[in-house]
Amino acid sequence: MAAASSPSPTFASQSTSPSPRPAFLFNRPFLPSPSNLSFSSRSFSSSPLAPLRCFPFRRTAITVPCASAEVSSSAKAFRGLCYVVGDNIDTDQIIPAEHLTLVPSNPSEYAKLGSFALCGLPSSYTTRFVSPGATKTEYSIIIGGANFGCGSSREHAPVALGAAGAVAVVAESYARIFFRNSVATGEVYPIEVEDRVCQECQTGDEVSVLLEEGGGRLINHRTGKEWKLNPIGDAGPVIEAGGIFAYARKTGMIPSEA
Amino acid sequence: MAASTTISPSTSFVANKNELGFSGFVTSRLPSAKRFGGGKPGRKVVAVMAPPQKAERMPATTGSVKNAMTMTEKIFAKASEKPKLSPGENVWVNVDVLMTHDVCGPGSFGIFKKEFGQNAKVWDREKVVVIPDHYIFTADERANRNVDILRDFCKEQNIKYFYDITDLSDFKGVCHVALAQEGHCRPGEVLLGTDSHTCTAGAFGQFATGIGNTDAGFVLGTGKLLLKVPPTLRFVLDGEMPNHLLAKDLILQIIGEISVAGATYKSMEFVGSTVESLNMEERMTLCNMVVEAGGKNGVVPADATTFEYLKDKTTKRYEPLYSDGSARFLSEYRFDVSKLEPLVAKPHSPDNRALARECKDVKIDRVYIGSCTGGKAEDFLAAAKVFLASGKKVKVPTFLVPATQKVWLDLYTLPVPGSGGKTCSQIFEEAGCDPPASPGCGACLGGPKDTYARMNDAKVCVSTTNRNFPGRMGHKEGQIYLASPYTAVASALTGYVTDPREFLQ
Repeated sequence: MAAASSPSPTFASQSTSPSPRPAFLFNRPFLPSPSNLSFSSRSFSSSPLAPLRCFPFRRTAITVPCASAEVSSSAKAFRGLCYVVGDNIDTDQIIPAEHLTLVPSNPSEYAKLGSFALCGLPSSYTTRFVSPGATKTEYSIIIGGANFGCGSSREHAPVALGAAGAVAVVAESYARIFFRNSVATGEVYPIEVEDRVCQECQTGDEVSVLLEEGGGRLINHRTGKEWKLNPIGDAGPVIEAGGIFAYARKTGMIPSEA
Repeated sequence: MAASTTISPSTSFVANKNELGFSGFVTSRLPSAKRFGGGKPGRKVVAVMAPPQKAERMPATTGSVKNAMTMTEKIFAKASEKPKLSPGENVWVNVDVLMTHDVCGPGSFGIFKKEFGQNAKVWDREKVVVIPDHYIFTADERANRNVDILRDFCKEQNIKYFYDITDLSDFKGVCHVALAQEGHCRPGEVLLGTDSHTCTAGAFGQFATGIGNTDAGFVLGTGKLLLKVPPTLRFVLDGEMPNHLLAKDLILQIIGEISVAGATYKSMEFVGSTVESLNMEERMTLCNMVVEAGGKNGVVPADATTFEYLKDKTTKRYEPLYSDGSARFLSEYRFDVSKLEPLVAKPHSPDNRALARECKDVKIDRVYIGSCTGGKAEDFLAAAKVFLASGKKVKVPTFLVPATQKVWLDLYTLPVPGSGGKTCSQIFEEAGCDPPASPGCGACLGGPKDTYARMNDAKVCVSTTNRNFPGRMGHKEGQIYLASPYTAVASALTGYVTDPREFLQ
């Protein structure tokens, strides 16, 4: 085994901020972006379903093309181009194992993970999620079939999607570890839909995802079709709190940061 | 499928539909005055203990009709310190062991430090087990750096169980097999790992499942995790195990039956006379692929076989838990194992089940025997059995990757029954296999390009591993047929997918 003459290992958190992290960082359910990982202070709306993307932040250092997810002021809707996949998209297709040496909590490697998002899809997917040479995706919403995210427990999977610029996945069902990781990291919003939308949408369609009390709607602006979305279910309180750590602090399970 | 005498899922035993409904979040509180994760001195714990419920007898000893629970429910109840609970409830569970490896460890440690502070200490230095196993025989710099990260963290935290790879006496191999061999799997406990095949440990009658980095970071600081109690699917496997079948065939049968999402969010309980006849490693194979059916965890009731295996491996006290007689299961599936036949899972899904004999025209390029699923000592002994019965040489490159150091040593020392004292390694050499490689995950998941036996071209491979989605072993157009060690060897001997009954009578 080759001895590594590697630089001393770093954690993303070492480079900046004092510890512990300010509580308000976690009021926001989903806020992944490389700049966030340097833990600069930010303030967030207190709405339970706060904007899933703070768009100006995501825009920094992005090469064209990139996902343009419009975030409405009500913070419960997002609109962008969709990328359609089929059933049983497993974690090896989302992020092939050879890229797992990238550590998600390291900002530059986080970005690199994004560039490899969904690169494991077979070549039958002629339009790639991230264009060759690009680091970000044009498609902010992924539309899937059944059992999305099956396979490994690697958190790199939702992280890669989020790092690439996806804000949400709308699928018929999810594998549980992927769903859990999506909620825990806040990287992509895992939304459930009853209908076979992956057969009624095409990659490149402009769609809107509206999250409402008791569910929501998916709208395809090209076809005009609309579908009902399932309510978020048990994950709701955890997402609303801002992730597992925030939820634990809120419910007194771990000390609040003070 | 002709041989299948499986009965379709019987009606559920759920007496009251509401019992399986969501009862919302249960926010149990901390015991008083316990500090979590350290951090700044003088930090007060905000949580206080709610008035304790009058805990009657422990769930395990209840055995009564009133609060009948399945094994998994009982483990949850014990771990969350509740006298009873039902599927669908979300509870904070105490974790007995947290395992991580070189792929997810660095990320988990990063999150732990970010959330609990740079100077935070893990909740219990004896309950964290760190096992580098995925990318450890590679020149890839980042992979090597990741092992360094593990080492630095373990040194700083004084982690008791860090199986480093620099000192070969410490090095173990594939985490799930090492966990068992080192005595970290115990009945009745909760074991979480940053790897989906952590469910393997369910073979010991414990709750074991895979989690991501963020959850692991949380556990590192608190020793707890919020988990939803899963309902249980029961699989009753009866009948004498034919001599051409292995546990791999049984689990492929089941996954083919219920599909890759058939057990999503559910527990899979394996009982029956066949299960009782399996040794621990075969039980591990059974539970290992629970995740391939979407399962949250798999369990096999602990029995004499379990206790015997554990005797020389752990001195920790454990308390086996068992499903109550009147426990409610979501569904029950019954199999007459004596009627089953060797199977494969064809590309590109673990539920793409087919009879091995019906794939005999599929020409193959290589065979891979290894991984937590099919690289244990029992798997290699099984492989040796077929080579012995045949006496011939392989027709395609046959890669052997023992899961752990211990397995590797076993290959070179254990005599194979009926061989006149030969070891597995001798039998494999005579058959023309590649020499056993360094223990680890190997090419099961592809990995860095220089990984041994990685599929770098579009080839057809029969493998004893656990997944065959596109690109799993490296090349996107590679075709992987999942199979038992018997079937893998039979296929190596003919150069086609082959039913092992061609050699085993």
